[in-house]
Amino acid sequence: MAVTDTGQQGASIKRPSRLFKNKSAKIASIPMVATALVIFIGCTLWTIYHSFTNSRLLPAPEKWVGLDQYERLWNTKRWLVSIENLFYFGLGSLFFSLVIGFVLAALLDRKIRFENTIRTIILYPFALSFIVTGLAWQWILNPKLGLQNVVRDWGWESFTFDPLNNPEIVIFGILIAGIWQGSGFVMVLLLAGMRGIDEDIWKASRVEGIPAWKTYIFIVIPMMRPVFVTALVIISAGIIKVYDLVVAQTSGGPGISSEVPAKYVIEKMFLAQNLGQGFAASTMMLLSVMVVLIPWAYLEFGGRKND
Amino acid sequence: MTDMTGPRGPKPKRVFNSTNIMIYGTLFIVCLYYLLPLYVMIVTSLKGMPEIRLGNIFSPPVEVTYEPWVKAWSEACTGINCEGLSRGFMNSVRILVPSVIISIAIASVNGYALANWKFKGSETFFTILIFGAFIPYQVMIYPIVILLRESGDGMTNVMQMFNPMLEWMGFEGFGKIRLMGSLWGLVIVHTIFGMPILTLLFRNYFTSVPEELFKAARVDGAGFWGIYFRIMLPMSLPIFVVAMILQVTGIWNDFLFGVIYTKPDTYPMTVQLNNIVNSVQGVKEYNVNMAATLLTGLVPLFIYFASGKLFVRGIAAGAVKG
Amino acid sequence: MTHSVQIKNLDLSFGAVKVLKNLNLDIAEGEFLVLLGSSGCGKSTLLNCIAGLLEVTDGQIFIKGENVTWAEPSERGIGMVFQSYALYPQMTVKGNLSFGLKNAKVPKAEIEKRVARAADVLQIEPLLNRKPGALSGGQRQRVAIGRALVRDVDVFLFDEPLSNLDAKLRADLRVELKRLHNQLQNTMIYVTHDQVEAMTLADRIAVMKGGLIMQLGTPDEIYNRPDNLYVADFIGSPSMNFRDGMLENGVFKSGDLTLPLIGYDFIDPQTADRPVVIGMRPEHIVTGELVANAPVQMNVTVDLVEPMGSDTLIYAAVNGDPFRIRMDGQARVKKGEVLAIGIDPSRASVFDKKSEARL
Repeated sequence: MAVTDTGQQGASIKRPSRLFKNKSAKIASIPMVATALVIFIGCTLWTIYHSFTNSRLLPAPEKWVGLDQYERLWNTKRWLVSIENLFYFGLGSLFFSLVIGFVLAALLDRKIRFENTIRTIILYPFALSFIVTGLAWQWILNPKLGLQNVVRDWGWESFTFDPLNNPEIVIFGILIAGIWQGSGFVMVLLLAGMRGIDEDIWKASRVEGIPAWKTYIFIVIPMMRPVFVTALVIISAGIIKVYDLVVAQTSGGPGISSEVPAKYVIEKMFLAQNLGQGFAASTMMLLSVMVVLIPWAYLEFGGRKND
Repeated sequence: MTDMTGPRGPKPKRVFNSTNIMIYGTLFIVCLYYLLPLYVMIVTSLKGMPEIRLGNIFSPPVEVTYEPWVKAWSEACTGINCEGLSRGFMNSVRILVPSVIISIAIASVNGYALANWKFKGSETFFTILIFGAFIPYQVMIYPIVILLRESGDGMTNVMQMFNPMLEWMGFEGFGKIRLMGSLWGLVIVHTIFGMPILTLLFRNYFTSVPEELFKAARVDGAGFWGIYFRIMLPMSLPIFVVAMILQVTGIWNDFLFGVIYTKPDTYPMTVQLNNIVNSVQGVKEYNVNMAATLLTGLVPLFIYFASGKLFVRGIAAGAVKG
Repeated sequence: MTHSVQIKNLDLSFGAVKVLKNLNLDIAEGEFLVLLGSSGCGKSTLLNCIAGLLEVTDGQIFIKGENVTWAEPSERGIGMVFQSYALYPQMTVKGNLSFGLKNAKVPKAEIEKRVARAADVLQIEPLLNRKPGALSGGQRQRVAIGRALVRDVDVFLFDEPLSNLDAKLRADLRVELKRLHNQLQNTMIYVTHDQVEAMTLADRIAVMKGGLIMQLGTPDEIYNRPDNLYVADFIGSPSMNFRDGMLENGVFKSGDLTLPLIGYDFIDPQTADRPVVIGMRPEHIVTGELVANAPVQMNVTVDLVEPMGSDTLIYAAVNGDPFRIRMDGQARVKKGEVLAIGIDPSRASVFDKKSEARL
C-alpha cells in the first residue's frame, strides 16, 4: 500500500520518511536494483580491477601489476588472431546481414503470396542454439562427406569448398553459419520498419512515376535510418559475444585460426589457470562494446536528461 | 446505354512477367539456403553409417533407420557416461522451468513497478539495467562464480543452524547447500541476465495500458499488489506468452552459462551435445550426431512453429540474444 | 465538348464486397468537382481508381478523351495531393518538387522553371531549402500541392487534404485553394467528408453513399433541391427537420399538423396521394416580424434554447416531435414560451416515403 503524507496533524505525529514512501514498489524492485548494482556494476568493476593483478588460479587482488596483463595480452598471437577474426567476422556479419536482410524484407514487402511461409522459413534458424547451427554446418562443410563431395560427384572434380580446414578462410565458414542463423532476424526488424512507412508515400511516388527500386533507395532507406541503427547496434553487440558458434563448428581450429576473443577469455579463465589474462581480455571486450555503444547512446539520448 | 470499346476493367496481367520471375526466383533460392541444413540433418539422422560414407549428404535415405535417434537419446557417450542425451534433456528441463517462472515473475513485477509506481532513482536503475544488457557476459562471469560459491556456503551455514532442532524432531539436517555447479545456481544466473530484456518488455507493455484503468483502481482503494494481481495480470496474457517464448528459447539454447556453472552430471542439453559430437575420438557416427543435434533443437523449434506471430513480436522486443 | 474526366460504368469490388457500383460521372474541363460523403461511401476509392492506384473490376476511365483504364498513374496526366501530405521527409522542399521531374529526365533548366513557378504561385519560395520536418501543416500542404503542380498536368486529385489541419488553418487554406483554382483553371477532383468545404469550393458536388452517387449537382441545387432523403439529411447543419405524413391533394397532413404546400414545385404536377416525408431546414423557418408574410403560420412551444453566439437554435415540439428552428443570435427566447413561426412551403422538400426520392 502506498503510504501517503499525513500532513500537519500535530507535533506528536512524525512525517513518514521519504524512504518508506511507495514501499511496495521499492521492495518489488529490489531484484532489479540488486542486479543493476551488484552484478552489472559491481562484478564488472571487480573484474576490471583484477585485470590489473597477477591472478593465476585464484584471484589475487594484492598482486598488483599495473598494465602488465594487457601488455602480455597484446603480445599473444592467439589474442591477435582472435581480434583479427572478430574483425572479419564482424564486418562480414554486418554487411551481409544488413544487405540480405534488406533485400529479403523489400521482396517480402511487395505483398507476395506465401509471405508467412517464406518468413517462417527464413526465420526458423534464429530459434536454434548456436551449438546446433555450428554442428549442422560443420557437417555440411565436411570435405569428404559433405557439400564438397556432392558437387564433385556431380562432375566438378576440382571443386574445393573446405573452409573449415583452411586457416586462411575458416572464419568465412563460420560466417556462412552465422549469417544463416541471424539474417532472418534482421529481415524481420527491417520489414517492420518498412511497413511503418506511410502508404501515401508509396502512392505519391507511384503517381510521380518513380520506379520501385528508386523509391526504396532514395526514399525508404533514408526514412528507415532509426531501424537500421537499431539493427546495427544489435548485430554489433551479438558479434562481439560470438562464442558458442565457434566452439561447436571448429573449436577454434584448425589450430588457433578461428579463435575469437570470447573463447580466449573462457579458456584463460577456466582452463589455463590464468585469471589475470582472462580478466584483461574480457575488459578489452567490454571496451570494444563501449566504443560502439557510447556514441550511439549519445546520438540517441544526448542532450536530453534521463529522469 | 454506353458501348465500351477499348480497355475496360482490370488490366490483364501475365503471371509470368519478368519482375515476378525475379522476385519469386530469388526467394526460392533463398529458401533453399535456409532449408538446406534442416533437410540435411534430418536425412543424415535417418541413414545408416554405410550409406553416409557413400558421401551424398543430399540424397534421401535409401533405408530409413531410427537407430541413430535411439542411440543419441539413450546411449551416446559423454566421457565415461553413456546414458545418452536424455540426461541433458532432463537437466535442461529442470533448469528451464524454474528459470522461466522466476525470471518472468520478477521482471513482470519490476516492469509494472517501473511503469506505474515510479520512485526516485527507479529510472536510473533501469537505465543501468539496460546498459548492463550490452556488457559482454565474460566480464561478469568469474565474480558470479565466487558469489554463487560464497552464497552457497553462506546459506549452508544459515540453514545448518536449524539442524539440531530438526534432528531432535526426527528429520534429517541440511547437507551442504551448493549453488555453484548445481542447477539452482544456473537458474539464478539465467534470472539475472534475463532481467534487462524482460523488464524492458513488461515495462513497455504496462506503460501502454491506459492510465485511467490504473487510476480508477487506486480510487477504489487497491494497492500495489492488488492492482498487479487483479488488473494487470489478467489483461497481459499475450505479453507473458511473448516473454515465455523469449526465455524458453534463450535459456534452452544457452551454452556459455551451462558450460561454466554446471558440472558434468548437471550439464544442460546443449553442453552435452557439444561434448558428444566434438570430443569423440575415433570413429564419428555422423548419423547419431545429427540425431542428437536435432533432438537438441526440437524444443525451441516446436515453440517457434507453434507460436507464429508471437515469436516475431518477442524477438523484435528483446533482440539481444546470446 | 470534351470532358476532362469521364467515368463509365465503373465497378469496384474487394472480393465479394462491392464498393463502387456502376458509377457514371462526367467532369468538365476546369471544373472543381467535390466527392462528398461519410466514411466508407467509396469517395476515396473512386479517387484512387481515377488516379490508377486501384485497379477497377469493370468499367472504363477516360482522361482528356484518352482511355486510361489500364494506364499507370504517372501516365494519366494527373497530380495528387494526399491527406498526410506524403512529402519525402529526407529531401528539401526543392528536392521534393524536383524528384519526380528528375526521374522523368526533364532537362534541368525546365525543372528550375517549373519549381520557380510553383513556388511563386503557392508562395513557398522562402521554404525551398527546408526539410518537411521544419514546416508547419499549412506549409507542408502547399508543398504537396506544389509537387502536383510541377507535373504540368490538367487534372488535380485531392484526397481530404485539409482533414489533418486544425479548424482555423483549414478555413484559411480553403480560401487559398479556391483562389488557386481561379488562378490555374485546372480540373480539380476533391474528396472530403466536410460539407462546408464542399459547398464553398465546388462547382459541382457528387454526394456519395454506399458506392453510389446520390446526387450530382451544384451546391445550390444540392442545398435547395435535394434529390433524395439522404442528401437532404446529409447537407445542412443543423440538419433538416423531417416529418412523416400523408400527401393528400397537395396538402401535407400529419396528426394535428396540416400544411398546405402552397408554391411547392412538384417535379410531376400530377403527383398522386401517398405517404411522404417532408423536410424543412431550421434556417428556412421565419420568426418575428417576417411571420406575418409567411404563407403558413403556426405557434410552437419552446422546449430548449441553444445560444451559439451567431445563431440561436430553438428546439420546439410539434406534434410531440422535436423541431429545430434557427433564429438570430440576438433573439431572446425562453423555455416554455410560445413562439410564432412562419413556413414557406416552396422552400421545403417533399419525399416519397418509400422510394425516398424527391416529389
